[in-house]
Amino acid sequence: MTVPATAEATEAARDEALRPHAEDAFAHELSALAAADDRPRPARWRLSPWAVATYLLGGTLPDGTVITPKYVGPRRIVEVAVTTLATDRALLLLGVPGTAKTWVSEHLAAAVSGDSTLLVQGTAGTPEEAIRYGWNYAQLLAHGPSRDALVPSPVMRAMSDGMTARVEELTRIPADVQDTLITILSEKTLPIPELGQEVQAVRGFNLIATANDRDRGVNDLSSALRRRFNTVVLPLPATPEAEVDIVSRRVDQIGRSLDLPAAPEGVDEIRRVVTVFRELRDGVTTDGRTKLKSPSGTLSTAEAISVVTNGLALAAHFGDGVLRPGDVAAGILGAVVRDPAADRVIWQEYLETVVRERDGWKDFYRACREVSA
Amino acid sequence: MTAPTAPTALTAPLLLGVRHHGPGSARAVRAALDAAKPPAVLIEGPPEGDALLPLAADERMSPPVALLAHAVDDPGRAAFWPMAEFSPEWVALRWALDHGAAVRFIDLPATHTLAMAKDPTWEDGEGEEADAGEPDEMRHGLRIDPIAVLAETAGYDDPERWWEDVIEHRGTGSAPNGPPGGDGHDPIAVFTGLAEAMAALRETYGHGGPDRDLIREAYMRLQLRAARKEYGDGVAVVCGAWHVPALAAKTTATADRSLLKGLPKVKTEITWVPWTHRRLARHSGYGAGIDSPGWYGHLFAVPDRPVERWLTKVAGLLRDEDRIVSSAHVIEAVRLAGTLATMRGRPLAGLTETIDAVRAVMCEGSDVPLRLIRDRLIIGDVLGEVPEDAPAVPLQRDLTRLQRTLRLKPEALERDIDLDLRKENDAARSRLLHRLRLLGVGWGEPAAGRAGTGTFRESWRLRWEPELHVRVAEAGVWGTTVLAAATAKAESEAASATALAEVTALAERCLLAGLSDALPAVMKALADRAALDADVGHLAQALPALARSLRYGDVRSTDTAALGEVATGLALRICVGLPPACTGLDADGAAEMRGHLDAVHTAIRLLPDAEDVTGHWAAVLRKLPARDSVPGVIRGRAARLLLDDGRLAEDEAARLMGLALSPGTPPADAAAWIEGFVGGGPGNPGGGMLLVHDERLLGLVDAWLTGVPAEAFTDVLPLLRRTFSAYEPGVRRTLGELVRRGPAANGGPARAEAAVPGFGAGLDEARADGVLPLVRMLLGMNQDSGDEDGGDAGAMGQGAVNEGGREAGGGDPGAMGQGGVNQRDRYAGGRDQGGGDEGARDQGARDLGSGDQGGGEEDNDLVGAGR
Repeated sequence: MTVPATAEATEAARDEALRPHAEDAFAHELSALAAADDRPRPARWRLSPWAVATYLLGGTLPDGTVITPKYVGPRRIVEVAVTTLATDRALLLLGVPGTAKTWVSEHLAAAVSGDSTLLVQGTAGTPEEAIRYGWNYAQLLAHGPSRDALVPSPVMRAMSDGMTARVEELTRIPADVQDTLITILSEKTLPIPELGQEVQAVRGFNLIATANDRDRGVNDLSSALRRRFNTVVLPLPATPEAEVDIVSRRVDQIGRSLDLPAAPEGVDEIRRVVTVFRELRDGVTTDGRTKLKSPSGTLSTAEAISVVTNGLALAAHFGDGVLRPGDVAAGILGAVVRDPAADRVIWQEYLETVVRERDGWKDFYRACREVSA
Repeated sequence: MTAPTAPTALTAPLLLGVRHHGPGSARAVRAALDAAKPPAVLIEGPPEGDALLPLAADERMSPPVALLAHAVDDPGRAAFWPMAEFSPEWVALRWALDHGAAVRFIDLPATHTLAMAKDPTWEDGEGEEADAGEPDEMRHGLRIDPIAVLAETAGYDDPERWWEDVIEHRGTGSAPNGPPGGDGHDPIAVFTGLAEAMAALRETYGHGGPDRDLIREAYMRLQLRAARKEYGDGVAVVCGAWHVPALAAKTTATADRSLLKGLPKVKTEITWVPWTHRRLARHSGYGAGIDSPGWYGHLFAVPDRPVERWLTKVAGLLRDEDRIVSSAHVIEAVRLAGTLATMRGRPLAGLTETIDAVRAVMCEGSDVPLRLIRDRLIIGDVLGEVPEDAPAVPLQRDLTRLQRTLRLKPEALERDIDLDLRKENDAARSRLLHRLRLLGVGWGEPAAGRAGTGTFRESWRLRWEPELHVRVAEAGVWGTTVLAAATAKAESEAASATALAEVTALAERCLLAGLSDALPAVMKALADRAALDADVGHLAQALPALARSLRYGDVRSTDTAALGEVATGLALRICVGLPPACTGLDADGAAEMRGHLDAVHTAIRLLPDAEDVTGHWAAVLRKLPARDSVPGVIRGRAARLLLDDGRLAEDEAARLMGLALSPGTPPADAAAWIEGFVGGGPGNPGGGMLLVHDERLLGLVDAWLTGVPAEAFTDVLPLLRRTFSAYEPGVRRTLGELVRRGPAANGGPARAEAAVPGFGAGLDEARADGVLPLVRMLLGMNQDSGDEDGGDAGAMGQGAVNEGGREAGGGDPGAMGQGGVNQRDRYAGGRDQGGGDEGARDQGARDLGSGDQGGGEEDNDLVGAGR
């Protein structure tokens, strides 16, 4: 699951941090890997590409240290990602929300450079200064333009130190600001015209960007910028079991923080929600026999989690505490029918052709008919 | 074991163990043959093929081709030995032909393998190529997979990749790596290493394979012995790597011969047939398949830098498809592929690495363009060719046989035949002609029949043109019998069809051709297209054809259960999608949708489990009239269809009509409603009868019409004209009479009818009942049968009328019949005051009558004022 990165943890609060950085949380694994790693390392890499892949995918080292898997998914994806960083091309991680893009990028940066904090969070208001450099205006007024008055961006620091920089939500950044990355990625240099100087990227510098490929109204990358990236699409969980597992785990965590009573028989309903989401998302039933139309919503795992959490809250506060079809039906309808005209037809078709005839789904069918009517 | 020794002193045969269709093996074989220059080359393949060897040298022969052996009396029993340009067997064959060396095929003769395939004692599940019906059976797919064991030993998780790394990726001496256990410069060493590995495997695991393998190996040893006698010890053998240790083993000729005793035999013929890369690919269902013939072909054809050239090819393909791919992309992809290979510890970037690189660099992480690359490049579209003088394909033989048994001679002269499908022989002829049409062999064209249009008759125009022989030969790639070929072709067409209508048409053709084996695939495609098609119009168009197919299926007694299932699914989708699709339509769209409404309504009753679907459909119809956003013509039509089905009480219909014709409604909309409700149309010429028999509805229309303002009248006039001019003259006249007489009559449908000029007042029920037996007889109904039989009886009745010379009107007989029956029911309901079969309807009629009695005065006043 995506775990939002926070960059504000300070030295003093490291132990108290709500969520420590990857390089701190898994410091022992990283050092064990570094000790065991005898393969060639690219300049300024803490580990060899092979060891970075092992760090992400998990494994057991010769000395018996167990490396926990950070990413559960196709091996190919991690290999391509790591190799991309090693070939000095920038890496673009694409995927719908909730596919662990940020998580992967954080761990990649931690394993490659030992530092995952050189981060630019992309928003519609991200200014050029966040990618290039800003000025300390007091200094600037007092002493005139100089390197001392310059406030470097995370990207600039990564360039001068040969580290891995991260840009979150690249496609939210306005197009003109995005394009400042072109020079950085192709010329590997950042000019400072005010001083007549430039910062040249040191070997080991690279950049990992993440972007959401299903969001509406994003700023598409210009083809010039796109060309500088190798793209890796992070898929949704491959099997229903994996997804049910992720959903129940997260629902459990969220439920505890919201003090919702645990629902003992909820897992059947979770399985149902996940099945509905997967079938509509993939456009085919789980038995692979019937094709379906896909609605316009993303129907990501994250949404399944929110539907179930919502249903649990309903059951806890207004029902008998047991998660029932009626509690999730409204949530599912809301998640599926994003476009009132087209999606409603798709949903009804799904109800009539698939749900109605499925064994043991009668209650669910009835509940859905009720909320759809 | 006897390892092959250095090429200078050939004392033992040169045993070249290969992986079938491996380009690396092919290169290695060529290098080894060049070095050793053997006087004879023995190849694993059916010895019957020896006679056809000269054809391989023909310049019109271009791989991929296959040796095809089939049983003479049963072309369906066939086996293929496919060879691509990069197959070691083909390379060896061509080398021998070019260098004047003798060539022999040394595998067990097809005459035995084909017989064994049929014989239950030999059915051991080991497919090999000898058994064409056995899909996904790899050449090395024995009880243990020798390659998998070797790969595991070498630390690979995927046997294919191990083979690629160790064997396929060796260039001819220029490879950047030497394969383990072999020196890139000694062309024979790699075979030695492989043979040793196989020998070790066979020692550890036994022979692993089924008994048939032992027999084949015994036969090969015998052949090898014979060849050594004839050509000396320097002969070369090209066979699957697994067999090498067995061929090198020391056994006595007597022992081998005793193994071969008593093998079953069948008379076989053999020929070369063109093959395609697609059929070489594993998933197309033949043994010894490979995943990526296109990639292997590329590896075999390029002189050097395979990855660079491959990625350039990919970039070219993507550019042709209008994707922007620059040279910089190619450079980056090559770099990424190379680095990936290094990271994965492979000597050279393979297909997996290049695909990963192409996805990340050129396709922006998307799998969609990759599918194109897989289809066009990795598999490839290469089609082989065979010289014309190759022996006839079994399909032609099968056709000849069928022509003989069905007494249907191929004649160049055009001639028409009429087939009566109720006769066995004629039905078989019809199926044959339909199958041939499906295969693109246009021997017969369906012609307009002279004698009626019954579903059991068919007319054909036959003409056999010489080029049809070529067509048959071309169709030979699909299968060895007409039935199998047509089935395969239909399945492939179903998979590639894009539009829903195409698939429906295909389903119809499959039924006509009696291809019940192809139906599941076609139905799957149909269900898929229907699920993804968002246009209700398309679905509605597809449904009647399906319903028709169901009826054809009945005539031809094909199994149509799957078809019915799909049709039901389709109907359900229409039920869901129709209401939203009926809003926001312009006049033309509304008229079209009205047509769909009628067609679907008719078709839905023909479905097998009609109750369930008609329930849904009725709910949809009930929803429609209540929606103001639905055009008037559709609302009116829906109300009428419900009324005809007895699902709408008559006073409810009157209420709906009153609502639609109330003063607030724009006149044009109201006129459209009338058109929908009482309008005739194809399949419903008797729409006006309703007005004749229901005085109240007529009164409503009359009242509305007289209330239309003068300025709006000219707008609605064309619509009304269109509606009423479609009525039969008799109906129009009666309506005119009724309107002229005015609504002063005492109301009630029974009375109104009685007052038709020329009839006495009141109904003499006893006399009227006297007609019923005759009517029943005419309609072919049983005395007891209820309404369920009505549909069929109506259809028959209508058909009879058609044949009697009345203008058919181009309508669907079923729909017409249905209309007729409804009218009859209506009469019955109106007259048969005490009749038990239609109590509810009667109740409605009586209610209607009494209601009219009450409201009659007011109505009359209003109308009177209007006049």
